[in-house]
Amino acid sequence: MIAYLVPQASSFAGHIDWLFTLILVTVGFWFLVAEGAFLWLCFRFRRRDGVAGQYVTGTRKEEKRWISWPHYLVIACDVVLIVATVYVWIEVKQNMPPADERVRIVAQQWAWVFVHAGADGKLGTPDDIVTVDELHIQMDRVYQFELMSKDVLHSFSVPAFRLKQDAVPGRTISGWFKPTQRGRFDIQCAEICGLGHALMPGHVVIESQEEHQAWMRAQRT
Amino acid sequence: MDAGPAHVSGTAGHAPAHPEPMSFWRKYVFSTDHKMIGMQYMFTGIVMGLLGGLMAYAFRMQLTFPGEAVPGVGVVTPNLYNALVTNHGSIMIFWFAMPVLIAGFGNFLIPLMIGCDDMVFPRLNRLSYQIFLLSTIVILVSLVVPGGGFGGAWTAYPPLSASAAYNHTPLGAPLWLLAVALEFVAFLLGGINFVTTVMNARAPGMGIWEIPIVVWMIIVASILFMASVGPLIAGAVLLLLDQVVGTQFYDPRGGGDPLLWQHLFWFFGHPEVYVVLLPALGMTAEVMAVFARKKLFAYKIILYSVFATGVLSFVVWAHHQFVAGIDPRMAHVFTVTTLLISIPLAEVTFAYIATLYGASIEFRTPMLWALSFVAEFMIGGVTGIFLGASATDIYLHDSYFVVAHFHYTFFPIAVIGFFTGFTYWFPKMFGRMMNETLGKIHFWGTIVAVNFVFIPMFITGVAGDHRRIYTYQLFSQLATDGLGRLRLVSTLGLIVMLLFQLVFVVNVIVSLVAGRRAERNPWRANTLEWVTPSPPPHGNFAEMPTVYRGPYEYSVPGRREDYWPQNVPA
Amino acid sequence: MAHIPLAATRSVTGIPAGRLAMWWVLASEIVIFGGLLASYVMLRLQHPDWGDEASHTSTVAGAFNTFVLLTSSLFAVLGHRAAEHGDGPRAARFLWMTVGGGAVFMLVKAFEYTFEITHGFTLFRSVFWSFYFAATGLHGLHVVAGMVAMGLVAVGARRGECLHRVELVGIYWHFVDVVWIFLFPLLYLAK
Repeated sequence: MIAYLVPQASSFAGHIDWLFTLILVTVGFWFLVAEGAFLWLCFRFRRRDGVAGQYVTGTRKEEKRWISWPHYLVIACDVVLIVATVYVWIEVKQNMPPADERVRIVAQQWAWVFVHAGADGKLGTPDDIVTVDELHIQMDRVYQFELMSKDVLHSFSVPAFRLKQDAVPGRTISGWFKPTQRGRFDIQCAEICGLGHALMPGHVVIESQEEHQAWMRAQRT
Repeated sequence: MDAGPAHVSGTAGHAPAHPEPMSFWRKYVFSTDHKMIGMQYMFTGIVMGLLGGLMAYAFRMQLTFPGEAVPGVGVVTPNLYNALVTNHGSIMIFWFAMPVLIAGFGNFLIPLMIGCDDMVFPRLNRLSYQIFLLSTIVILVSLVVPGGGFGGAWTAYPPLSASAAYNHTPLGAPLWLLAVALEFVAFLLGGINFVTTVMNARAPGMGIWEIPIVVWMIIVASILFMASVGPLIAGAVLLLLDQVVGTQFYDPRGGGDPLLWQHLFWFFGHPEVYVVLLPALGMTAEVMAVFARKKLFAYKIILYSVFATGVLSFVVWAHHQFVAGIDPRMAHVFTVTTLLISIPLAEVTFAYIATLYGASIEFRTPMLWALSFVAEFMIGGVTGIFLGASATDIYLHDSYFVVAHFHYTFFPIAVIGFFTGFTYWFPKMFGRMMNETLGKIHFWGTIVAVNFVFIPMFITGVAGDHRRIYTYQLFSQLATDGLGRLRLVSTLGLIVMLLFQLVFVVNVIVSLVAGRRAERNPWRANTLEWVTPSPPPHGNFAEMPTVYRGPYEYSVPGRREDYWPQNVPA
Repeated sequence: MAHIPLAATRSVTGIPAGRLAMWWVLASEIVIFGGLLASYVMLRLQHPDWGDEASHTSTVAGAFNTFVLLTSSLFAVLGHRAAEHGDGPRAARFLWMTVGGGAVFMLVKAFEYTFEITHGFTLFRSVFWSFYFAATGLHGLHVVAGMVAMGLVAVGARRGECLHRVELVGIYWHFVDVVWIFLFPLLYLAK
């Protein structure tokens, strides 16, 4: 469902979208049933002359069934959703697949600084490419990121990846993504960070291998 | 035929008389009467709620028409925007929902519904309001001091909230925090009064299963509040020290931890939503039983489910922190507990719906509000599942989907709950009936409009609109015409909704001045507050009542009347 | 003019209203101090180096103060017993002895703080010291508040008024004592 509004540009975006649709169908069902029953009862039992209300305590077995059976069905739905979310969460947040590339992301009031590994493929060496507000990455390679903050809490959010991770000062938080679609997508800061919170948009630029090499060469001049 | 002189046994059954006339100050300002104190909280809360609503108008206008001067407000700068968003949230929860639902209705109703003459500690009650009033003054002052009001969101995460070097509101931030702390103290004192009163001062014959459900709910809410707010008070002391003195409890450069605040805040923050939910649920149940002329379905199951929800609410807090940097394995624990807490609340919802089966429903204004609570809250409830599931929360966290979800819970709680209680107990509080036609116009205008405000936010949230952003102009994927139109719909809905509140104000004034005089029990209800005159005198009951049955004996077979007040002997 | 409402004379639970309310006050205070100490413990576990800082608190002063508070609680209990027998003046004497204990406690704290601050162990030296001063300071404020309340009750008790309040203020004092029982090992013994 989300894909109708936002492109899927990472390997796990589709999984999160799938979970969203699963939840939508499940709660949609319950919502329609409960709201429907509710509205029908409001109509069916409106006051009519000569018809008195009934004395229903809800303590007798036949009456309690109307609550306990839906109750068990809700539990069953919850179990299914729990299993589904645990599965997707482990893939996105807990597992760390071996990295093809690393990138360091530094958030600050009010900009993003990205440190790309450069030609030697290693972070922390003199040929690292530092950019502001634009992250250049290559399609179909697994990136591990190291997320840091220089001052307050920020949050690195890329809707097209379905990725979000808060940046906490004093810590380096790791995560990963694998871009699957070329293009230029928004980066947002998703944790209020002061006056410039709306003024630190970024872009992630996903390129083919040739485009990416060309870009790296251009940075060296 | 109901409420004959109550048979009294045991302790003295007469309320003390006050022959001497009281001065204006003693009667209205420094009163210790629970009904007057309840009115004070109610009035203060309503004024603050209106202010909170106007703040929303201001920031939504800025978001929809970026950079343009907002009529009646002027240009909204980023700092003003952040301060408006922050204080809208804080005011609506702490200075509207809690004072109106808990302190306002709680104070007015509890002694009346349990059959006694006042709270156990009337002077402590007055002190609670005075501290609350002080907190109100402090938060208002915080908005106008140099540097402006605090703009770090109602969640006030450090390091932003801890240091003026980051937040640029050196006075606003500590004053905001002080206001919240004072409000906490006021409600702690109030809660102690409520719980002691209900535990000890009930009328003879009112065992725990004969207590009206709204009283139960307010008591459980008070206990939840008392149990959960402590760590946040401790955390607030530490944050205040960071802000004012320069300690580094939350600053990693000094060995502190920003995440400590988050845990302390949400350990309180999650039970807090149930603190405000429970009284609204209670009022809805009272009104539904009366206007459906039906016993509440499975009253004990409702209570047990509420107790379970209360207990569970202490172990779900980190679902607010899924992407905050907590250990990823912790997320599994909290997603499980969070999804499970939907179960007792679903139970309660089913019981409320089942109460309508076999009913004889009168669609008076209070009942319209009560029914709409159920209908609207269900939207909030089901959309919470998307956020409780850890993996979808990765995407939806800090988006307008969250804003829509919690407004579909908070709006029913605070606004619909308020109108439910107010339209129902207005005759008792003021001795007049409200105008039904104006009431229905106000109801339909508000309910239809509010859905136009928040449904679009589900869509814009999924499309990527993130929160607390004063303009989307710099985000190419968000600065689109389609999303702009959806945001406009929300804002127009808000303006229409705010305008319809004028109908309510007119109704209140007209009814107070010229409404039909209310009899003692205009709704033909069973609970004890309807035994007293409308409005009740000081001391409430001429003779203290004795209770003979539960509160929901409606439509009992074989009886002539379709109601059976609690205090009428068998 | 303060009339006692009928509500205050009832007791469905069998527990007098004042005592019931005081236990609820304690419940909320326990969660406040509990939260503060839990935060301290969590951060301390993340910072093993705080053990070095903690070595500079005075275990002797802390132990002495523990003894002082426990003794003062004993006086509070004796005062309660006297009040139960209706002996207001005797209860008042014990209450003043409790207040005296509190005063000694605060005096020792004053010396401790002075020594620590003049030797460079201030609120800002490390977050350990921030916690030390915040926690003992908050506790100290509760001690002073207790002393004031106790003094007021003692004045009334000597005249034979409101003797039931002796028990209530005693319950509060025991709570203040118990909080210290937790503070002492966490701040003084854990080095």
